[in-house]
Amino acid sequence: MLAPTLALLVVFFIVPIGATAFSSLFSWDLLTEPRFVGAANYHALAAHGELLAVALRTLMYSAIVVAGTMTLGLALALALDRPGRVFGFIRASVFSAYVVSWVAVALLWMWLLDGNSGMLGRLFGALGAGPLSLLGDPRLALPVIAVVGVWKLTGYAMVIFLAGLQGIPRSLLEAAALDGAGSWARFRHVTMPLLAPTSAFVATTTLVTSFQAFDIVRIMTQGGPARGTELFVYAIYEQIFLNLSVGRASALTVVFFAFLLAVAGAQLRVWRARR
Amino acid sequence: MRESRRAYRVALLLAGIAAVAWIFPYAWMVGTSFKTLPEIVANPTAPLPRQFDTGAYREVFGTVPVLRYMAVTIAMALTIAGSQVALALPAGYALAKLRFVGKRFAFGVVLACLLVPAQATFVPVFLFFARLRLIDTMTALVVPFAASALGTFLVRQALSGVPDEIIEAARMDGAGEWSIVYRVLAPMLKPTLVSLFLISFVFHYNDYFWPLVMTTSERLRTLPLGVALLREQGTGVRWHIVMAGNVVLSAPVLALFAVAQKHLVRGVVASG
Repeated sequence: MLAPTLALLVVFFIVPIGATAFSSLFSWDLLTEPRFVGAANYHALAAHGELLAVALRTLMYSAIVVAGTMTLGLALALALDRPGRVFGFIRASVFSAYVVSWVAVALLWMWLLDGNSGMLGRLFGALGAGPLSLLGDPRLALPVIAVVGVWKLTGYAMVIFLAGLQGIPRSLLEAAALDGAGSWARFRHVTMPLLAPTSAFVATTTLVTSFQAFDIVRIMTQGGPARGTELFVYAIYEQIFLNLSVGRASALTVVFFAFLLAVAGAQLRVWRARR
Repeated sequence: MRESRRAYRVALLLAGIAAVAWIFPYAWMVGTSFKTLPEIVANPTAPLPRQFDTGAYREVFGTVPVLRYMAVTIAMALTIAGSQVALALPAGYALAKLRFVGKRFAFGVVLACLLVPAQATFVPVFLFFARLRLIDTMTALVVPFAASALGTFLVRQALSGVPDEIIEAARMDGAGEWSIVYRVLAPMLKPTLVSLFLISFVFHYNDYFWPLVMTTSERLRTLPLGVALLREQGTGVRWHIVMAGNVVLSAPVLALFAVAQKHLVRGVVASG
């Protein structure tokens, strides 16, 4: 009864990891025969500084997404955890961004940010005097797509925090209120500590999600300008489909997966603790 | 317990900001899709179109086989979601209720697969399908996701709350293992299965990455790919066309969300 699932998982998830590690030791352009090169792919990626740059960029993107998503998600969970249709509708609207495709979100924000005729693009342009292309600036593009990532994922964090808030006994908050604790003190000394496992859970899951970002890069910037938004998965995609370099793509994948494993190991521990 | 006035005011302010930040972009998307190109060029920041013009939609449906893209996408997502539920049930049952050699190891494999995203496997899987000449087929889109580690895990967790007596009783009545799984246990796990089906369907309907990598021709193009391509066609970006495509792409998921919000949210909370 387990056989079909186990077979599919092994073929499509376990074996590929091994195969990637293996092919990262070869130089292969998909046309000629693969050639064993040992660790040369890793050396080349490290030597050009490309590996470090991609890793740092991805971490920067993730840091903004995780921090922004958690802050906004928690704030909105607290603000919107009220009865009534209006609050319900706002909660649903925020969460709907998480349900909609990354493609739709990326295209929508490209239009809003368009320097010539986009609503926000013109607004920022007016503030900064003159047309401003937020996605065309090598320094701004990464934070800008990260903000779009925050917009997409905040609803997810909010929903998890709302579920966490349900688990806090009202009696505890009431007892604190009787002892004279105000709203802020109750939040700081009762709600926050009790939400710690939820927060850890949201932090690790959004970190893993943001680390795998691809759609938003491919659609909004194609890794540019000046490689300013080339994140891990996009770099892997470019190595295989643009440079036809299976070896380099595999080496990048191995490093990407090692990063992910470190985070996901922590996530699994959190997940088990939560159940 | 009384909330202080200041806390309430801050909450209202946040609610207002959230309403603007999350509702306005959608409104802008829909508004733009009903504008004409001259209107966008002349007055790009006008909040509402002067008159609701359906030209953008007519052009999207007229120049691009949107309905076919949507049929392909829905067929793919339904097959994946259905297969994941059908396979997760017996697999989760085996892990929760059966005794066999290597059970711990098998469960370890399932847990390990939770950590492996498609973004870390696509290079070898692409090469594998290329060798079998299966690139650009429904097989390449569906089979890698036919089984779900997450679904198996969720079913196992849900089943550990079901008493063994129910299974024993069914066995006494002469039910085989498969009919225990699909006839006796499936109805009891309905909430878990519905949530699993919905999040899987929505995820694969929306997916851009896998179809982008695994298809080369227009034959099996999915809706997210087709809509993303609207931006790259022709000279200059015609945003009313792109936004019309965006509305077509998002509407089914938003409708599903409106109908099944409870199940979707529960699925997301359960699965992370």
